[in-house]
Amino acid sequence: MKFRTIGYYFKQAFKSMRRNFWMSVAAVSTVAIAAFLVGIFALLVTNVNFMATKLESDIEVVAFVEVDVPRSEVLQLEEQIRSLPGIASVTLVPKEQGLEQMYARYGRDRDLLGALGGDNPLPDYFVVKAREPDRVGRIAGQLAQIPQIYKVDYGQQEVERLFQVLGWVRWAGSALILLLVGAAVFLIATTVRLTVFARRRELQIMKLVGASDWFIRWPFFLEGFFLGAFGAALACLALYFGYFSLLDQVTTNISFLALVTDRAAVYEILWKLLAGGAAVGALGSIISMRRFLKV
Amino acid sequence: MIQFVNVSKIYNNKVVALRDINIKIEKGEFVFLIGSSGAGKSTFVRLIFKEEEPSRGQILIANRSINRLKKKDVSILRRNIGVVFQDYSLLNDRSVYDNVAFALEVMEYPGKIIRQRVPEVLEMVGLAGKADCLPTQLSGGEQQRAAIARAIVNGPQILLADEPTGNLDPDTAWGIMEILNDINRRGTTVIMATHAVDIVNKMRKRLIALERGEVVRDEERGVYKDEV
Ligand SMILES: Nc1ncnc2c1ncn2[C@@H]1O[C@H](COP(=O)(O)OP(=O)(O)O)[C@@H](O)[C@H]1O
Ligand SMILES: [Mg+2]
Repeated sequence: MKFRTIGYYFKQAFKSMRRNFWMSVAAVSTVAIAAFLVGIFALLVTNVNFMATKLESDIEVVAFVEVDVPRSEVLQLEEQIRSLPGIASVTLVPKEQGLEQMYARYGRDRDLLGALGGDNPLPDYFVVKAREPDRVGRIAGQLAQIPQIYKVDYGQQEVERLFQVLGWVRWAGSALILLLVGAAVFLIATTVRLTVFARRRELQIMKLVGASDWFIRWPFFLEGFFLGAFGAALACLALYFGYFSLLDQVTTNISFLALVTDRAAVYEILWKLLAGGAAVGALGSIISMRRFLKV
Repeated sequence: MIQFVNVSKIYNNKVVALRDINIKIEKGEFVFLIGSSGAGKSTFVRLIFKEEEPSRGQILIANRSINRLKKKDVSILRRNIGVVFQDYSLLNDRSVYDNVAFALEVMEYPGKIIRQRVPEVLEMVGLAGKADCLPTQLSGGEQQRAAIARAIVNGPQILLADEPTGNLDPDTAWGIMEILNDINRRGTTVIMATHAVDIVNKMRKRLIALERGEVVRDEERGVYKDEV
């Protein structure tokens, strides 16, 4: 490619887009929608991974004791747990304290205990801290072995559930995105094809006077490329403003929800989307050229 | 310069357009390719600039077979061959100047050379005053001149003209012939397909007569005879 002809390629590419205006709009919109969904999905995955990392590095395990175990036995249990290897600390949260916490949350004036039939139905539980995150799984397993303990909760277990759900979302999302990307490629190929037909006489003469193949191809290639890139750019814009305003809302209102606030991570996703859109566009024009541009 | 060696062209595996052609055309020659409609003249011309491929045989240009040229070399070959069609093949959405400049743009010439060459060649074919006209605003003869200008603007060594006077009245046709003759005198090999009897007879150039795809005559300074 010679430098002085680049201007010619760009001019031709934009001329075609103006000529096939509505077709170009359709192609750009399809790419934009596909890229938008891919973007949402990518942000979702990134955030889930982010939360998972937080949960996975959480060293706390909560072990619930059966309700009918007497206090003396519970205190014995505390000693037993403390003697397990890799334990940093064990804190017993007795059921009375649990009830206090509930009163604190819902107000003392309500007769909670009465409503529950006079007996405190809450279990005693232990908050066990491991010394290292990689010990959490083993400690949880050992706690679950203890007959008086009926349930063990810990972050890594949450992570597994999270990823199970994410697996399904990923599956359905991929199918939808594949469909949309296919539609985008098809629409871009059709748009480029219209240009090939509109200019077939010119192309024929170009070939005749000895234009090189790539001299003929470049404008079509660029047309597809720009349609794809432009669609993706629209999606990126929407995602950028959408995500960061969502982030504002979430951090002020639901502060416990840990979202990715690192701009670089978000920018990376947007960059990749833009490149992907351009690639989809280029693919569409290559398909169209192979089929309709006999050079 | 151009040599056909046992060349046959069969379209769609049935229509024999050219049969076993052996012809040698030297550099700088002016050759008339005559024959009635369907004799194979256009096919002959199209084989030279590889718009069609021969079914059998070899075509050599400058002693090199062009049968198996790479795509890149095809475009280089075409840059050395100017082609003028009966239907002019001008682009009606741009001026005469732009039509001629288009050929140089497509061949990736620098703008400076384009701005210099295009007026020169328009002057040569007598269209200097019509540079800004659209092809549709020109007469048939003028359109043909524009097509010739486009074909020779980069100074090709070979000029192919397929019935360039076909649609023109005799006076206009002679004007075109003068231009082609002029181009030939400057050293370009010219091959012109035609069935214009009086032109061929007056010009007295080499004449290759085709009939149903075969060469039936090949004479220096030949005249058109209508065999019955
Ligand atoms: N593209 C083509 N496909 C099939 N047959 C063709 C094609 N071009 C020409 N022919 C046939 O080949 C023969 C020679 O045609 P052509 O070379 O155009 O002759 P001329 O130019 O002398 O009139 C004719 O019978 C014509 O019908
Ligand atoms: Mg013909």
